[in-house]
Amino acid sequence: MEDSKEHQAGYPTFDAPNLLRKPKLIPKGDTIFLGLTVAAALSVVIIMALLITKIYEGAAPVFSRFGFKFLTGLEWNPVEGMEAYGALPYLLGTLTTSAIALIVGVPISLGVAIFLAEIAPSSIRTPLSYVIELLAAVPSVIYGLWGVFVFRFWVRDLIEKPLSTYFGFIPLFAGTPYGLSILSGGLILAIMIIPTVSAVCREVLLSVPDTQRDAAYSLGATRWEAIRIGVLSYARAGIVGAIILGLGRAVGETMAVTMVIGNAVGPSALPTSLLKAGQTMASLIANEFNEADPVSLHPSALIGVGFILLISALIINVAAQLLIYRVRAKGVVE
Amino acid sequence: MWSETNYKIRKIKERLIIALTVVAVILAIVPLASILIEVIVRGISVISIEFLTSPPGIIGQAGGGIANAIQGTFILIGLSSLIGVPIGILAGIYLAEFGDNPIGRTIRFLSDVLMQMPSIVIGIFVYVLVVLALGRFSPIAGAIALSIIMLPIVIKTTEESVRVVPSTLREAALALGLRRWRVTLSVVVATAKSGIVTGVMLAVARIAGETAPLIMTVLGSQWFFTSLLEPIDALPLRIWRLALLPYDYAHQQGWGAALVLISIVLTLNVAVRALSKMRFSRRVKI
Repeated sequence: MEDSKEHQAGYPTFDAPNLLRKPKLIPKGDTIFLGLTVAAALSVVIIMALLITKIYEGAAPVFSRFGFKFLTGLEWNPVEGMEAYGALPYLLGTLTTSAIALIVGVPISLGVAIFLAEIAPSSIRTPLSYVIELLAAVPSVIYGLWGVFVFRFWVRDLIEKPLSTYFGFIPLFAGTPYGLSILSGGLILAIMIIPTVSAVCREVLLSVPDTQRDAAYSLGATRWEAIRIGVLSYARAGIVGAIILGLGRAVGETMAVTMVIGNAVGPSALPTSLLKAGQTMASLIANEFNEADPVSLHPSALIGVGFILLISALIINVAAQLLIYRVRAKGVVE
Repeated sequence: MWSETNYKIRKIKERLIIALTVVAVILAIVPLASILIEVIVRGISVISIEFLTSPPGIIGQAGGGIANAIQGTFILIGLSSLIGVPIGILAGIYLAEFGDNPIGRTIRFLSDVLMQMPSIVIGIFVYVLVVLALGRFSPIAGAIALSIIMLPIVIKTTEESVRVVPSTLREAALALGLRRWRVTLSVVVATAKSGIVTGVMLAVARIAGETAPLIMTVLGSQWFFTSLLEPIDALPLRIWRLALLPYDYAHQQGWGAALVLISIVLTLNVAVRALSKMRFSRRVKI
């Protein structure tokens, strides 16, 4: 308390020049504290910069050896002397599972958000949104455990068997129903993005001003018409932001997908049919990382796949953040 | 254009959509219900004193437990909180109190991007940065990876709870002649304390269940903790390894470990809920 002395000395004498002395106005404690907080905040910048450079560094050997072929190749062979690494099947696997997740997950999330924000009576609104948020807290490895021992059989018996019996002639549904497939991977991702997407959508819908609804009702709209015309169209940008956020989660999700996707490697991992085993970039890394021989190019190739994943996640998340920031600035969210 | 039949069709449409939203809610809740029921029913029969207090037995033979994994998870939570919490709180204070400028906005943006970064990417990063440098898998590497995952969560919740502290409190403290840093620490942060604690608990709940970054940092182990430079085990890793083993007893142990993990995570989340209900400020969204 170095500053309490002047106050204890009885009545302060107003000494005008004293107040104008600059050093007194910028005390040491403040400088140190500000410095500490700035340093802590800058750690985020340092982490982001290191994240990109270090992963690139780790992937450099495989990038310089295979070049562009790393992105377009199909073979994946870590055997010494025959080494070949092509990431295309896993890139496509990530795209396919994420697409399934969005196609299935987004309509359900929107339904949940509309129910919670517009339809549900207030007595069940809070508990229900809480329960759905709990889904987001369940660790992904537990989704995976449930996926292998429970969900897998639901997919096999309720979806894959009918699909292959009645539509098996279409290449997209060819293959033996086994439950460990690209479809299972996509569906478990759909379940996992629902809490994220519906929570953000609900927030967006709740922030739409009531005048929007009142205007629609006064024109004679039914409840659904008021939601569609007054609310959904107004909240469009925010909903798109929520969907992109969900996409980001689906692309990077690892454990649950790893455990149900079947883990194919090489050309057979190409997602030609929904019912066959596949592989995503994240699941490939999780599966093979501990088995990679440190003296071969294998770890570098896995880090290279991680680099592609990093760049995809970066693009998706920057887009989502920019969209949400724009919506926020407009005053639609919060 | 208004006609009775047209109106009826519109009414039917309305009913249909409302029914569809209810179906969506049911579809969203069924998995959660199933996960909770399966984990509790299959997990509870495995839980015993032996299971909770002994390390894994010989692979392929029933017996043994997950004590080393529980220990490892708590060590990792402790170490990563030691790194992530102080940095996160200080950075959050910076953003809330001094961050209304281009630098602050950039850091906020980067922190939001980092929050959504796939955890496996952070694992690879720490593998290259720490594991390759030290030449070994270690709890230190794991804690660094987990603290990077914690950081943006702690920053965000700290910033938002410091921000809602009324400026009249700051002004009153400044008027009493306190220095700016004193005001921030003793008045603003003290007022925002419960919000900050909530954020830390959410972050801990999040990292307690992280698996992917641990694969390439702590590796997993059959033994108890020996040193900060030897691989250790963690609950989520153990669940994964047990699920992959081709033995029934291993799968059952996996469910038991899942029950322990989900209890830790959900307890933290429910506690957060109770805490944030007690304070007046709005809840912070992750």
